Amino acid sequence: MSEIPQSKVRDAYLALTAARPNGNTPAWVQALHAEGESLLRETELPHTRMEEWRQTNINAINERTFAPLTDAPDHGVDADSVAALRFVNGVCSESVFVNGFHVPGLGSRKDLPAKVAVTGLCNAQLGDHAETVKAHLNHHLGARNAYTALNTAFLQDGAFVHVPRNTVVETPIHLLFLATPALEDCSAAIRNLIVLEEGAQATIILSFAGNAGAAAYLSNVVDEISLGANASLTLCKLVREGAQGNHLATTEVHQHRDSRFHAHTFSMEGAVIRNQLCVNLAGEGAECKLNGLYLNDGNRLIDNALQLTHTVPRCSSRIAYKGILDGKSKSVFTGKVNVLRDAQKTDSNQISNNLMLSDTAAIDAKPQLEIYADDVKCTHGATVGSSPPEIIFYFRSRGIDEATARGMLTYGFAGEIVDEMNIDAVHAPLSAYIYDKYSPKI
Amino acid sequence: MLEVRNLKASVDGNPILRGIDLTVKEGEVHAIMGPNGSGKSTFAQVLAGHAAYEVEESSSVTFLGEDLLDMPAEERARLGLFLAFQYPVEIPGITNSYFLKAAVNEIRVSRGLEELDAMDFADQLKEKMELINVDPRFAERFVNHGFSGGEKKRNEILQLAVMEPRLAILDETDSGLDIDALRVVSEGVNKLRSENRAFILVTHYQRLLDYIVPDFVHVLYKGRIVRSGGKELALELEEKGYDWLRETEDALV
Repeated sequence: MSEIPQSKVRDAYLALTAARPNGNTPAWVQALHAEGESLLRETELPHTRMEEWRQTNINAINERTFAPLTDAPDHGVDADSVAALRFVNGVCSESVFVNGFHVPGLGSRKDLPAKVAVTGLCNAQLGDHAETVKAHLNHHLGARNAYTALNTAFLQDGAFVHVPRNTVVETPIHLLFLATPALEDCSAAIRNLIVLEEGAQATIILSFAGNAGAAAYLSNVVDEISLGANASLTLCKLVREGAQGNHLATTEVHQHRDSRFHAHTFSMEGAVIRNQLCVNLAGEGAECKLNGLYLNDGNRLIDNALQLTHTVPRCSSRIAYKGILDGKSKSVFTGKVNVLRDAQKTDSNQISNNLMLSDTAAIDAKPQLEIYADDVKCTHGATVGSSPPEIIFYFRSRGIDEATARGMLTYGFAGEIVDEMNIDAVHAPLSAYIYDKYSPKI
Repeated sequence: MLEVRNLKASVDGNPILRGIDLTVKEGEVHAIMGPNGSGKSTFAQVLAGHAAYEVEESSSVTFLGEDLLDMPAEERARLGLFLAFQYPVEIPGITNSYFLKAAVNEIRVSRGLEELDAMDFADQLKEKMELINVDPRFAERFVNHGFSGGEKKRNEILQLAVMEPRLAILDETDSGLDIDALRVVSEGVNKLRSENRAFILVTHYQRLLDYIVPDFVHVLYKGRIVRSGGKELALELEEKGYDWLRETEDALV
């Protein structure tokens, strides 16, 4: 097989930057675009000869250009179509983004304290929040890969959430990103910025949903999250892209001292899903808990790449990911934990458990610990397996046939991750979704 | 109710059961005793339908008039056969109440009855938990997960109570229990005895039979029933020990 001319694809993306509208774009945002462009120019598209992508073959995405949408298109999304894709069920403040662009008319603020901003990033760049955006945007993103550079080169819109000092937001904030047929053969450069100031607290649901379309599309997502001292964020991410939808996401989290970050990542639907989650525990006493569940089947690819850096002493991290693997699907889990020289008294553990429902599914699960401090407690473990025959026999001896038993066991397996997430608006629909997916069909 | 004729079974080509005959009628309690390795647990597992054992073609087992050996394990359970496991498995992620509700409803549906809803089932479960004196928190604990040995055995009896089988086979339910746990388990079983429910108690120890008094005692040795009698046989066995059996039986060969 001949080498795919991926440099040509990259050049095509660079050529498209000429079409990017710059009318209202502040000069400093234009400077970010230029930064993204130059980074893209010198970065290869991810391929399996790169260490981080060794098990993650995204040639299907690399071999074509998904032209980034640069204009809010006439998408024809209304309240009914939002309701059809909402999934989340409960009282939430909601902002809706269509193909990456904020649609103010479709959102609602429920019990949001007045000073809390939940809006489109494009809007925030220009208005009262310009200084906050300027202070954070692109400051948390490292040079991750060509697609994050592409995101920066085409950065326009996405969500902006700002919770001021000591402000507690009780009601979850639901950020709903819809992919419509207008996105087919194209990509959305979605850029989200979430800033919680000192002592602030919030629950945010990042929800990606696609209309099943015949043609492929790409959601190219970068989230930058800054948690001030003693701030507390619960983040729930739901990936339900269309059957041909691809989701490449990088989430960068910067934690100041004593902050708490609890993430729950549910990878449900989409042809290729890659959730790169990078957390920097940069202030003493910071704590993070990263949970995830991936439901893989068919010929799909799901990659969860976690990169956790313990920079300072006395931080704790907990990683628990589970996968349910069916069909000929391919899954990758990487839990990379760097404990730097100064990060004494680090307490870190990670576990990855995988339930195989077919012999043809594949999983590459690897913890990667790099420890440069000497007084730390770090553990890891990974399991891959199917339900043992003794357990199946136990069910059958109670009148429950094998197919039903396997469905119940799968539901129970997922339940341990689902139940850790205490967002009612997500818990019930997610449980029902998993129950339906794995119950035997009559 | 149960007719076992010339039951022969092997595992990986090694014969374990070498021709068992046994008749159990409604309401009867049969104890099957024998030394380790005599085939007691295999007998229990074969009746319940464990796939690891190859049963010989010439063997026959009928239960409530139906041919048991051709029936998958779940259908045996739906027909009214219950096995209390010697080593109950742990099932993390699935609560006792979810598990038992599924089991009860499978049985109800197979008998043409309506499924119980969550409320009705919860009431029924609560009643059974009181009957056999188990902690109400059992309902929301994962099946056997992190249970002590005694709790696991008690949970088997709870399942027996909820599933209301016609024939209950207790596989060494007394093993590993201290006297208090044994008393609780035995009291549970005694409360569940009835005119139309039979029991087969598989046990290594005569002690269990002080608490659950059997109608018949059978001694299994090298895959065959070598003695049958009333409850006094258990006492004789207790007095003389399994060595007596080895001497007398092996002398015959």
